[in-house]
Amino acid sequence: MTAEIVLQVFRFGFLLLLWLFIFAAFRVVRADLFGGRTGRVAAVPPRAAPAAKRKGQRGLRTLLVTAGPLTGTRINLGEQAILIGRADDSTLVLTDDFASSRHARLTNRGGQWYVEDLGSTNGTYLDQQRVQGPLLVAPGQPIRIGQTVLELRS
Amino acid sequence: MSPAQPPARGPGTDPRAAAAPGVDAPPKRRNTELALLGFAVVITIAGQCIVDITVTDALSPELATFSAWFAAIWLVAHLVVRRIAPYADPLILPCVALLSGIGLAMIHRLDIAGDQIGSAASREDAPVQLLWATVGLALFIGVLLVVRDHRVLSRYAYTLALVGIALLALPALLPDSISEVNGAKIWIRVAGFSIQPGEFAKICMIVFFAAYLVDKRDVLALASRRVLGLELPRGRDLGPVLVAWALSILVLVFERDLGSSLLLFGIFVVMLYVATERVSWLVIGLGLFAVGATAAYRLFGHVQARVDVWLDPFAYRNGAGYQLVQSLFGLGTGGLFGAGLGGGRPDQVPVAKTDFIAAALGEELGLFGLVAIIVVYLLLVERGLRTSLIVRDGFGKLLAAGLAFGVAWQLFVVLGGVTGLLPLTGLTTPFVAYGGSSLVANFALVAVLVRISDAARRPAAPPAPAPPRLGDAPTEIVQR
Repeated sequence: MTAEIVLQVFRFGFLLLLWLFIFAAFRVVRADLFGGRTGRVAAVPPRAAPAAKRKGQRGLRTLLVTAGPLTGTRINLGEQAILIGRADDSTLVLTDDFASSRHARLTNRGGQWYVEDLGSTNGTYLDQQRVQGPLLVAPGQPIRIGQTVLELRS
Repeated sequence: MSPAQPPARGPGTDPRAAAAPGVDAPPKRRNTELALLGFAVVITIAGQCIVDITVTDALSPELATFSAWFAAIWLVAHLVVRRIAPYADPLILPCVALLSGIGLAMIHRLDIAGDQIGSAASREDAPVQLLWATVGLALFIGVLLVVRDHRVLSRYAYTLALVGIALLALPALLPDSISEVNGAKIWIRVAGFSIQPGEFAKICMIVFFAAYLVDKRDVLALASRRVLGLELPRGRDLGPVLVAWALSILVLVFERDLGSSLLLFGIFVVMLYVATERVSWLVIGLGLFAVGATAAYRLFGHVQARVDVWLDPFAYRNGAGYQLVQSLFGLGTGGLFGAGLGGGRPDQVPVAKTDFIAAALGEELGLFGLVAIIVVYLLLVERGLRTSLIVRDGFGKLLAAGLAFGVAWQLFVVLGGVTGLLPLTGLTTPFVAYGGSSLVANFALVAVLVRISDAARRPAAPPAPAPPRLGDAPTEIVQR
């Protein structure tokens, strides 16, 4: 029979080993939190910068939010299309319960801006009209998405 | 003993060299993983030795083979991860290795106990479990190799849902002689093998839930009315949660398995909550569950029996409650520090290797040991949830959260059953309990988690240099 003292050493030694493992694992967790970076931040190059210098055609230069949670937000208009929705990768990220993740898109075609609905749940409205196909947007004409209202300004 | 020296990280193989200058790449921490894996293997082998010496006074002859095999499994897993998922979380594999190692040691210990009694039913289950772990490793590697980007999985969401439902439904449709064990129709027994398809169905369904909810979460998050400070969803958006509920009730009725039913519905409701950030879904889920559970209690004898035993196990100590009572006695005998590996009588609990392995561990390792094991699970779940927080795409977020929560929920239901907190279910303790399907399926689950964590921790690819304009391109002579 194995000596009692040996059994006791085994008994507590194994528990000690288990907790040492946990201790080591927690050190890794700590290093992960406070030590090196975790590769979370992806630096996004400022995409709009060169486009803004070129000045939008026909004097339309900004997209302004006039109502809703983001009132006062401005976006400089460039060449690229502007994606509006709740998805993180939209150009204008809405925090609006009635907006879809990919709600609408503003596209520049030959200096004129068109609004398109991307199959949103609650629809996009230009003035009072529901947007079905792409519609030409005049300056100052309100585009309504959920509780948010947008306008193009020069 | 460490399975191997960490291979040197050659500068040529290090993508850090390829990263943009001035941006230091995040650490990959593969060597940390290797060290912790070595530690887990050491603990496992120590456990085996202690069991052998305490119970039989001598090391078993298979110990060397066993140790080498177990170490080899994790070394191979590590090398594969180092090769094809280099940024994966360094804690996931070691936690899984330790859990499966402790499980193997305990199964080995119960094997010996069975031999000593000399009962006809005693089998050598530890080698079989090791074999299953090897199969699991193969599946782990397979999943990592095939799924190079977890987002691909969302394309097969509906196919996987079909597969999942088929796997769930199969045992219910097969005759009892093939699919029934101890009253639960959740098995497929063919040619000496028994498979529990529900374990695989779980993963398929989580992938489907993630893909589905990413698509529909905008609609499901719409609120209609506030009732008692709770934003209720619109009535017509209740469809999916009702379908999930009906599915879990069907499982309960036709397979007589409380565990899978609870697992599936719980995972769906929590993923719905994660996707929409609406507490009302949790309340609705709990309400539906309460309705279903009450109805099941009134209608089905097997549910009633489980609940009666749960409410007062000692009233049924010689009958249906025998297992639970023995488990409670075992946990009580274990006390704070346990009887020591090999020092208790965990074989007193019927089916200790599968459903009640947590009770066996509690008896021999005590509260301190059992809590340590729970903390290891917690670490695994925490890494899964952290992966979910830092991964960049919505599908990956939901999938990682669903998988991690699935492990936590399953553990909660099992431990709750074993300790008398919840009615008993037929679920197995992930990674630890004896059972091929459970182990293999959970290895696949870990592979998906490793794949997502690799994507999450991988630094964003530097923007690809624009292709040279045609006019700037040097002229080339193309030989034909």
